[in-house]
Amino acid sequence: MPFKRYVEIGRVALVNYGKDYGKLVVIVDVIDQNRALVDAPDMVRGQMNFKRLTLTDIKIDIKRVPNKKTLVAALEAADVKNKWESSSWGRKLIVQKKRASLNDFDRFKIMLAKIKKAGVVRQELSKLKKETTC
Amino acid sequence: MAPKDRKPHVSRNPDLIRGVGKYSRSKMYHKRGLWAIKAKNGGTFPKHEKKAAEAAPAEKPPKFYPADDVKKPLVNKRKARPTKLRASITPGTVLIILAGRFKGKRVVFLKQLTSGLLLVTGPFKINGVPLRRVNQSYVIATSTKVDISGVNVEKFDDKYFGKKVEKKKKKGEGEFFEAEKEEKNTLPQDKKDDQKTVDAALIASIEAVPDLKSYLGARFSLKAGMKPHELVF
Repeated sequence: MPFKRYVEIGRVALVNYGKDYGKLVVIVDVIDQNRALVDAPDMVRGQMNFKRLTLTDIKIDIKRVPNKKTLVAALEAADVKNKWESSSWGRKLIVQKKRASLNDFDRFKIMLAKIKKAGVVRQELSKLKKETTC
Repeated sequence: MAPKDRKPHVSRNPDLIRGVGKYSRSKMYHKRGLWAIKAKNGGTFPKHEKKAAEAAPAEKPPKFYPADDVKKPLVNKRKARPTKLRASITPGTVLIILAGRFKGKRVVFLKQLTSGLLLVTGPFKINGVPLRRVNQSYVIATSTKVDISGVNVEKFDDKYFGKKVEKKKKKGEGEFFEAEKEEKNTLPQDKKDDQKTVDAALIASIEAVPDLKSYLGARFSLKAGMKPHELVF
C-alpha cells in the first residue's frame, strides 16, 4: 500500500513518452513539483516532466547534478544495465522489441517451432493421461 | 582538353549570403589571374581559330505551304525508362505477391525487365508459380534473400512472355475450332525446359537454408493481431 519507489536523486526511470521513448534515464535533480533534471550516458542532460517518466526499482548513488563522467562511472559501479536487463520488466521489453523486429521468415520459423513444441507437449500429456486412466 | 583526373573546381569567391559574393568583379578579375594570362599573350586573351562553318546543304523550297500557320508541337526530351525499382528489391529477394491468381505466394525475384515488370519464379516445384512477370506495385519485398548467382536469366525479356501471334486460319465449322483450341492450351516444351533449368540452380541454393523451402511453399496471410503498418517484412 505505501509507496516503494520514490523520486530522488539517483532514481533510474524509464521514459514513457516523447523523443527518448524507451530509454533509461537517471533523475539528477528536481526542478519543481512537476519536472526533473534528467541525464543518461547517450543524451544531453535536460528537463522532463514526471508524467513522462516511470520510476524503476533501481537507484544509484550520486550527488546532486554530477558530471557526465561521474554519472557514467556511477552507472557502471551499480551495474544498472545488467540489473535492468535481468529484471522481469527489462526482459519483457527486450522480448517486445525482438518480436517487433521479426522478419516474415522469422515469423514463419517461429510458427513451425511453436507447432513442434505443442506436438511434444501433447504427446507427453497423452502419455500421462494413459497412465492415470489405466 | 582537361586530363581526366581533374578535381571539381571550388569557387574563389566565397558567399557572404546566398547570391552575394565577397569579392567584386574587378577583384575577381585580379584573383583569377586574367591579367597574367593576357600579359603572357601580348595584351589580348588567347583565342582559337574558329572552325570554318560548313556550307549548309542547299534546301529546296517546299512544294506546299499550309494556308494557316501550323503549330509545332512542344519539345519532349523525356526518355522511356523502366520503372524505378524499390531499393529493397534486389535479385534474389523473396517477394510476397498481393494480387492475382498467386496472391499470398512467396516468390523469388530474378530481374527487372525493360518494361519495368519484375521477372519472378516460384520456383515452380516448390509453390507452383512459373517464370512470370509481376508488377512492382503488387508486391511486398521481404528482407529475405536467396543466393541467385547460379541462375542465368539473360534470355528472358518481355517478348518471351508476349502473346503468341496466331496465323490467320480460314474460318472453319465447329469441329475445326475445338481442335485448334486444344493445341494452343498446352505450354510449349521449351518453356518447360527453361523453367527447369532456372529452378534447378535456385532449388539447390534454397535447400541450403533450413526451412526456406517450406517458407516458400506456404502462402502469406494476415492473422489476428497482425498490424501491417507495424510488421517488419
